[in-house]
Amino acid sequence: MSDPKSIFLKDAAVTSADAPQRAFIRKALGGYYVNRDLQKARYRDWERARDAAAMAKWSAVNDLAANLEKFTANFERNGGKVHWARDAAEAREIILRLVRQAGAKSIVKSKCMTSEEIHLNDALEAEGFGVVESDLGEFIQQLRKEPPYHFVFPCMHVKREAISELFTQHLGTPPTDSPEELTMIARRHLRQMYVDADVGITGANFLVAETGQISITENEGNARLTAALPRVHIALSGIEKVVASLDDLSVLLPMLATAGAGQPMTCYNTFYSGPKRRDEPDGPEEFHLVLLDNSRTRILADPEQRDSLHCIRCGACLNVCPIFKNIGGLAYGTTYQGPIGSVITPHLRGLKQWNHLSGASSLCGACTDACPVRIDLHHHLLHNRRNAAKENPTWFDRIFHRSFLFVTSRPALFSLGGKAFRAFLPLLKKLPVPYMSAWLKTRDLPEAPAVSFRDQWKKGAGRG
Amino acid sequence: MADARTDILARIREALKVKAPRPHLRAEPGDPSPSKAGRPWLPDGGETREASLTILAEQLAKLKAVLLRVPDRAAAAKALADLAGAKGWKRVASHSDSLLEEVNAALPCEVWPVSRDFDKRRLEACDAGVTTCECLVAQLGSALVSSRSSGGRALSILPHAHVIVATADQVVPDLADALAKVRAGNGGEMPSMLSFITGPSRTGDIERILVLGAHGPKELHVILIG
Repeated sequence: MSDPKSIFLKDAAVTSADAPQRAFIRKALGGYYVNRDLQKARYRDWERARDAAAMAKWSAVNDLAANLEKFTANFERNGGKVHWARDAAEAREIILRLVRQAGAKSIVKSKCMTSEEIHLNDALEAEGFGVVESDLGEFIQQLRKEPPYHFVFPCMHVKREAISELFTQHLGTPPTDSPEELTMIARRHLRQMYVDADVGITGANFLVAETGQISITENEGNARLTAALPRVHIALSGIEKVVASLDDLSVLLPMLATAGAGQPMTCYNTFYSGPKRRDEPDGPEEFHLVLLDNSRTRILADPEQRDSLHCIRCGACLNVCPIFKNIGGLAYGTTYQGPIGSVITPHLRGLKQWNHLSGASSLCGACTDACPVRIDLHHHLLHNRRNAAKENPTWFDRIFHRSFLFVTSRPALFSLGGKAFRAFLPLLKKLPVPYMSAWLKTRDLPEAPAVSFRDQWKKGAGRG
Repeated sequence: MADARTDILARIREALKVKAPRPHLRAEPGDPSPSKAGRPWLPDGGETREASLTILAEQLAKLKAVLLRVPDRAAAAKALADLAGAKGWKRVASHSDSLLEEVNAALPCEVWPVSRDFDKRRLEACDAGVTTCECLVAQLGSALVSSRSSGGRALSILPHAHVIVATADQVVPDLADALAKVRAGNGGEMPSMLSFITGPSRTGDIERILVLGAHGPKELHVILIG
């Protein structure tokens, strides 16, 4: 079986049984919890700041058409060119055309999850274009030929020994167990790439309607180099990234950094408006932005889950999720991992195939508490379960729900059913129960009470 | 077939015909509106200039950036010269600016000016880039540089160290002030690049262990005059 659910169950079983790897992930996240709490303590009111962030995104998304029109008019007035793409194939075609027009020999890319979503690197490589990921984590994942493990910390699952071996194999560098030395190897290797590349491809964290600027958040400086040195800059962004005004970013930028990485502010937050100006010494001659829908309008059409478009991709929900910490990022099989990925992937790729992710949750609500823009994540997992049962009920859903309804709407039958259940429960506990073997492997069914609540009530218990 | 823009905008308008509920907020009825960029709730940037300067110094120290406070331009020139000497810098890149002209004057090494169509490889080989900035943000320890006031896009990111020369009156309490200032200063037109720099370049991609100097400068020095 190779449907997403079977693959997920198989992979998740393997990773969740790997105790040393789970301990490694917990340790890697340990510093994050400490730093996040230290930074949150500097906020005069974190909860109100979340209100402000949530309202900024809510008002932008609920006026998306007007904001996008305003943004594109301003972006083009600044000298950039906007390209609209209905789906992944259109976005790939546009970027391939731009790259061909630029006569590109080499392309350097900074981290962009939207490009992972449309499998851009495969498309570029299939046409013979060399493309290098410049974010350290993405660079390592590209060499490993593996998708990102976590959409903010792409290679957090890889140990330094494995990275050292990878660099020895691909770059011919001597082995080392120092993260500092490994980072410097990548730095030296990639510096040449920025200088030589003709085209730089980046993502965008925010699009500012009021000014026509795109905002890019990063720690390493690779996005700034990618947007400074090559002759052509192409940015790729989902349509939901637009905010109304520059002032919105004065709350969203620090919250993105604190919620996602425990920093006061990410190292570089850069706003681009247009290509190099006449009075500036450098910068690209051309600046393109590809605006991607790719089913985002389907999420928009669901008012109940529309707030999942508020996501600023900080990764906080992954960092606190007990499921993510146990099964790891790769088992999801999605571009966006963790709770937000489990919520939006069924919209992006189909509920029938991807609803199983909604079940991969303890519904503890840690994600909802952590979300800086107040997305109701764990309830959306329930909404997806309900929608899946409505749209494509399994035979079990049908029979179980119909019989449940039949019995519970008939008091006599309900009472009889209860009696039968109490009588059979001890026997049931000895037998293998279908569909519950995984649950019961580590848990016992409760004892049945001798007398039902209804019988106690009839006898007058609790009434005096 | 309609073009993609028309199609996507039509899909959006259709989808938005049904209103979405407002997010569940913590605020009580009658509380101040959260639309004012969340300012009273974000980290403090200081009520007075002295308070802002104290917060700025604390934040820069936590970010592993180096702050040098000097009384005047002559002292700034000496501080920069001492820094270049101590680090053994051989070539420093800078841009044309009246403040920098004075501050760079005492440098014991070559000062290479970036100009139109400069050689990228040559800039990459420089030990440091010396720039001015639009302003410094106390709240987060950030410096706002721009393609207009900081010698373009590459000068503040490509050399191995970055020195920012600023005056105390350039310190603003928070991010919203910084954005208002840059807007007012540019007559409404934004430079093609504006960048909030918060500490030296860093990564935690290997086992979440902090390493400085991932791709951008390994060192960030702020020389603050006044």
